[in-house]
Amino acid sequence: MTDTLVLASRVLANGGAGGTNLDPLFGEGMFWILAVLSVAAALAMIFVRHAVHCALMLAVVMLSLAVMYAMQGAPFLAFVQVIVYTGAVLMLFLFVVMLIGMNSAESLTETIRGQRLWAALAGTGLAALLIVGIGHAAIGTAAPTTSASNSGNLTGLAQLIFTTYVYPFEITSALLITAALGAMVLAHRERSTPKLTQREVARRKIASGQVAPEPPPGVYALHNAVDMPAMLPDGTTTARSVSTAVTQRDVALGRDPQGGLTADLAAGERIESERQIEAGARGLKGEGA
Amino acid sequence: MNPAHYVFLAVILFVIGAIGVLVRRNAILIFMFVELMLNACNLAFVAFARMHGNLDGQVVAFFVMVVAAAEVVVGLAILMAIYRARRSASVDDASLLKY
Repeated sequence: MTDTLVLASRVLANGGAGGTNLDPLFGEGMFWILAVLSVAAALAMIFVRHAVHCALMLAVVMLSLAVMYAMQGAPFLAFVQVIVYTGAVLMLFLFVVMLIGMNSAESLTETIRGQRLWAALAGTGLAALLIVGIGHAAIGTAAPTTSASNSGNLTGLAQLIFTTYVYPFEITSALLITAALGAMVLAHRERSTPKLTQREVARRKIASGQVAPEPPPGVYALHNAVDMPAMLPDGTTTARSVSTAVTQRDVALGRDPQGGLTADLAAGERIESERQIEAGARGLKGEGA
Repeated sequence: MNPAHYVFLAVILFVIGAIGVLVRRNAILIFMFVELMLNACNLAFVAFARMHGNLDGQVVAFFVMVVAAAEVVVGLAILMAIYRARRSASVDDASLLKY
């Protein structure tokens, strides 16, 4: 833990000072670790089936990129990466995955014949093109300092954003407001039926024949478990007191939804006997001491 | 550390993102891969900023982040609307304009 803190503070301190006085060996080691980590996580994103796992892998990639920004003299971007991407965008993704449903694991059948093969070929081609192109380009070594005014990363960025890039910055604010409005309009759902008034709710309740709420499960029964039907005064149980979700779960798990009573009685007897044995052991111990 | 290494890493991440967009058919996952591609571009921008010794690349990366956030908000809202209408987030099912 302290090692990680020391590492992090070292990275941030060096990044804040322009990123060029980073210990070369240290920077190299960090780069290779993070590069392998991020590429492995990105590949895992392709191969995992579940959307939540994919989002977590994306978080790994984004966090390692944040550390790389810090190592390259961009501490402000490193923090924005963690706050905006990992904090906000990824949480938004997770929210939508939860809303749309956990069954978003897709089927593995191809709808387009040979889609994966062609995708792999196209990806290899794109990689070859880009790597050859960049390999021919002259990418120099790092310049001696990254800040234009030698006054630190944050001051330099602020000077650039509010002088050279002030119009894009202002247009960005308009974009953000438009995006927020657009999301509100798109996510808004029109009511297809008018909202029920209090009078209509009351009338509906009287017409349904049951004014009082359903009996809760386990009332007058041996247990207060939610799958235990309530026992009526005449000794019979009523299935209405058990939530349909619980019954469905019993069916899904292969249990008999109505046959819980005998099993529960047996379990109760077993627990009672265990209690007696425990009490006996405790008594013996007490005598011994 | 040479900035070229970072640029090559960005290329690899970008290509993985492109393959993911081509392969996966769940619209949420496709959005995630688009985010991965944008992140790879940001990494290249930061590496170029370091190479040239000025901060313009970092400013551009910052703008990319803002635009990506706006894009995700609207995209996911559209996705929710599609899901509400069709009960599916698969890109194969949104084919109303096809026939």
